[in-house]
Amino acid sequence: MRLDELRERLKEIPQADARRLQELKTELLGRRAGALTEILKTLPTLDAETRKQVGGAANALKRELERAIDEREQALARGKAARTGQGIDLTMPGRPVWRGGLHIVTQVVSEICDIFRELGFTRAVGPEAETERNNFFALNFPPDHPALDAQDSFYLGGDALLRTHTSPVQIRTLEHYPPPVRVVIPGACYRRDPFDASHSPVFEQIEGLAVDDGLTFVDLKATLATFARRFFSPDTAVRFRPSYFPFTEPSAEMDVRCQLCAGAGCPACKQTGWMEILGSGMVHPAVLENCGVDAERYTGFAWGMGPQRIAMVRHGIPDIRLFFESDMRFLERFSGIDSR
Amino acid sequence: MIVSRRWLEALLGRPLVAQEVADRLAAQCAPVDAVIPLHQDLGAVVVARVQDVKQHPNADRLTVCVVDAGGAAPLEVVCGAPNVQAGKAYPFAPVGATLPGGLKLERRKIRGVESNGMLCSAKELGLGADHAGILELDTDAAPGTPFLDAVPVRDDQIVLDVSANRPDLLSHKGVARELAAGLGGTVKLPTVGRPDGPTGAVPSAVRPSGHQAVVDGVAVRLEDPEGAPRYLIAVLRGVTVRPSPAWLAHRLSSLGQRSINNIVDATNYILFEINQPLHAFDLAKLRGPAVVVRRATASERIVTLDGVTRSLTPEMTAICDAERATIVAGVMGSADSEVSQSTTDIVLECAYFQPTRIRRTRRALGISSESSYRFERGIDMLAMPEALARAIELIRAVAGGEMREAPVDLWPEPQQPRSVFLREDRVAHLLGVAVPRPEIERLLSSVGFVAAPKGERLAVQVPGWRPDVTREVDLIEEVARLRGYDSFPVELRPYRLGTVPDAPAEQTLDRMRETLARAGLFEARTLPLGPADAPDAIAVVNPLSAEEAHLRSQLLPGLVRRVEHNWALGQRDVRLFEVGTVFRPSGRGADGPSSLPDEQLRLGVVLTGARHPSHWSAQSSKVPDMDIWDLKHHFELAVAAACPACDIRPAESGTGWVALESDGGEQRGWAGPLEADAPKWAGSLLGLEVRIAVGAPSLPRYEALPTQPPVLRDLSLVVPGGVTAAAVAVVLRRVGGTLLERLDVLDEYRGAGGGLPEGTRGVTWRCTFRDPDRTLTEREIDALLGRMLSALEEDLAVRRRQT
Repeated sequence: MRLDELRERLKEIPQADARRLQELKTELLGRRAGALTEILKTLPTLDAETRKQVGGAANALKRELERAIDEREQALARGKAARTGQGIDLTMPGRPVWRGGLHIVTQVVSEICDIFRELGFTRAVGPEAETERNNFFALNFPPDHPALDAQDSFYLGGDALLRTHTSPVQIRTLEHYPPPVRVVIPGACYRRDPFDASHSPVFEQIEGLAVDDGLTFVDLKATLATFARRFFSPDTAVRFRPSYFPFTEPSAEMDVRCQLCAGAGCPACKQTGWMEILGSGMVHPAVLENCGVDAERYTGFAWGMGPQRIAMVRHGIPDIRLFFESDMRFLERFSGIDSR
Repeated sequence: MIVSRRWLEALLGRPLVAQEVADRLAAQCAPVDAVIPLHQDLGAVVVARVQDVKQHPNADRLTVCVVDAGGAAPLEVVCGAPNVQAGKAYPFAPVGATLPGGLKLERRKIRGVESNGMLCSAKELGLGADHAGILELDTDAAPGTPFLDAVPVRDDQIVLDVSANRPDLLSHKGVARELAAGLGGTVKLPTVGRPDGPTGAVPSAVRPSGHQAVVDGVAVRLEDPEGAPRYLIAVLRGVTVRPSPAWLAHRLSSLGQRSINNIVDATNYILFEINQPLHAFDLAKLRGPAVVVRRATASERIVTLDGVTRSLTPEMTAICDAERATIVAGVMGSADSEVSQSTTDIVLECAYFQPTRIRRTRRALGISSESSYRFERGIDMLAMPEALARAIELIRAVAGGEMREAPVDLWPEPQQPRSVFLREDRVAHLLGVAVPRPEIERLLSSVGFVAAPKGERLAVQVPGWRPDVTREVDLIEEVARLRGYDSFPVELRPYRLGTVPDAPAEQTLDRMRETLARAGLFEARTLPLGPADAPDAIAVVNPLSAEEAHLRSQLLPGLVRRVEHNWALGQRDVRLFEVGTVFRPSGRGADGPSSLPDEQLRLGVVLTGARHPSHWSAQSSKVPDMDIWDLKHHFELAVAAACPACDIRPAESGTGWVALESDGGEQRGWAGPLEADAPKWAGSLLGLEVRIAVGAPSLPRYEALPTQPPVLRDLSLVVPGGVTAAAVAVVLRRVGGTLLERLDVLDEYRGAGGGLPEGTRGVTWRCTFRDPDRTLTEREIDALLGRMLSALEEDLAVRRRQT
């Protein structure tokens, strides 16, 4: 058989069924009696010039035949797989591994601390069990004052109590480090509030404190407004209102535009269009004096906020108890992993 | 504190819009919790004029009225009121209207005559107690005019959240003062006397006295001037106790207060108007007659108005007659001295009680009142005579009576108004914006401060109603809030870095959380309060409940409760960790002044359920549960992260492991199976807890990555009973030296049939050898393995397994 005749046989390959393909394979490329094999066997009998010519062409044809047969085999295999359902269905789910995650309150605390880190604040911490002195009196709470009503405390015996706010760490920090002081203070706080949807006897707080030469109410407003715009969105409106804390003077409450209704009024913001985010103020000179800081020279500002409440506002979480229940579905939902 | 918009309007002499009032107050002095429009349920009620009144054909006491209610035709309405008159105007509720209390009017026959609505009494409209007749309206409004438009009852409650430092905002006058400063205008108390004036001269002045005096036959003695620094008494004779006039009852009802009688209502009115609590008692019931202000005695008891017998202490001030205590000063009176229908002569008390004493008293007794709330925050000690004069004026206007003698004013140590100095530059120093002196003076004087220059400073006289203002910074706050917090720029200015390093504990906890989350666990935050979890768990003195009466001394019990919670929800796969504080007794003695407990940072882990998520490709649909080997891996992770200086050892109990300080020190961690209230379908529960050592992690150093190929050799060993894998590894490493790069256990074989001697097991180790600098030869490795095997045989009687 001549090479050009053999080349004609190439056209049969794409139409061949599995049995015919097997026949063709044997007929053309079979080791013993395949047509092309026969041709190649004759090569040694040819003269050098012809041998080179025929050999090259025969080998090229051999490669072409092999490739055509291979392609047809694969096509037949795919077709068979599709008909019998035995092949790979690439729409099947991938193999998962267990994924973990951080608690949403941890995430919010980190996010808040990170924003303040960029504004020069490092983190400070202190014990959760405190003395009355650090928790109240050094912070300028007068004894037997009604301001204590909002701070109903768990006592541990003697003058030891579970801190009702992270503010005692202000005292500890100012007593140990000279100004300039710029710290944020995350931590657990305790008040004798029975559990309900918005109260918990234990809650997280983030306190902030800056004390230095020349800090003013303008710095307070700018620092906290910058935080709000970084945490919520760049166009978040904020407002400051008078408030009262024994350890700051003047004191100010900061509101942000309601994140749910954008100020139109909704049940979440009690129709006011604003949401209370944090309490703040200029550090009361009595607090500085109590810590041995020169209150004539140094001024400062401080604030406190509740990351649980902020998480509730931002994520629409309706009940503070969900943070403590540790339902795996809740933890997974807020783990930063899209589990769908 | 609830204020009424209409009451504020009366004080300011101008109309107000409730929302504007609320916004102004929030921006200037106190947050507003709510603005509540009153009488919205009267929206369907209209003014109607009665054209004709006819006798009801079937009932003597009923009439049939022809009523013009603004509709196309007059309506027939059946009426039972005795005072209905043709030609007069009354409130009318048409068919379909719903009245306060929920009554929905329908067209119905009353004794055979169809009635098309109802003419209403004050009580039916929720405007008072009067239901003897229908409410006659003094109005020219056309029939059909909405009632709320024709009659001035439309009002709004503004609910203020008044902070503890601003007692002045607990009255309408104080709130009106702030509004006058913010919106303009002046505050003037409205006239409450009868237009023609009461008969007889009113002794306007009070008689200053020391510790005792007699007024109109009543002996007054102030024996506890510390508890009651100033104490005024007036005696009024010939009063008539009766229901209050409508205007007075309305004022109180607009705040949600019940009208009692004219005397009690008058004292309440003064309380809400100018923040002076008063007490009226029946002179006839006063033994003596005398009023004695003294400390209560230890055994003294009193039956308070609420009918409860209360034990007093010498901490409390009692108001007594000649024989016994009748009032717990500033907190609550007793029934036997109260004004009643038969009272004709009253003793009117106008007192200042010491705030902290009142606070302790009301906390000790567990009761509080509008009066105690105000005394506790501090009332205006300087304005008491004016307050008493206004109270007398009001009582005489609504109850008659005369005063025969000027009131006495027991004030043993009279006080002058306080002055506080303010430096102008200090305002800019704190607020960041220079406020010119004239503006400072204008702002301060707008709320009653009197500023006068004194050298470089301003001497600022503090009004008596502002006990909170005691130092310069308080005046600067006044300037800031009256100027408006919005007037200060939001401008980020340069700052200096602080001296406080970032807390190492927080950095450590961050790393811990990261490690565990990456290992597939979720972070839990459990309640640090719970039932006692150890014999020496620290108890809370005043817990909310027995279940939350102790501080946790370990994390695992709380985590186990969280697992049980998940099981209860049908979730089988639970993997939680927590980093948090636990509390242990300090061992420094429990009754020292500052015996704070020791606080430790801990890491806790609980694991239960499938080792990995299921996948359709697996041979079996059941994924194996986590077992102690999963736990051990997590323990290794936890110990490496939390206390890297610790070694893990099998626990002596035979189950689980412990982490011990390497230098033979104390136990820092534990891991093992846990007991729990588990449903049948649950997997076993495993847990670990490690004490966290705060510190920086050791920094990894670069070592040249190997370029030579490793040589792997597997060793199948027969290990006699009592010889641990750890012991075998020690020998292998010792002999293998630096060439032995890794050592891994490939499998363990136990049981008969494998040709193993009784009491032994088979363990296969894979040894990875490598020399960093050259290729190892087969001969070298064989020789090394030979030495390792001889050492094993010699030291541990471990032999190579014959196959």
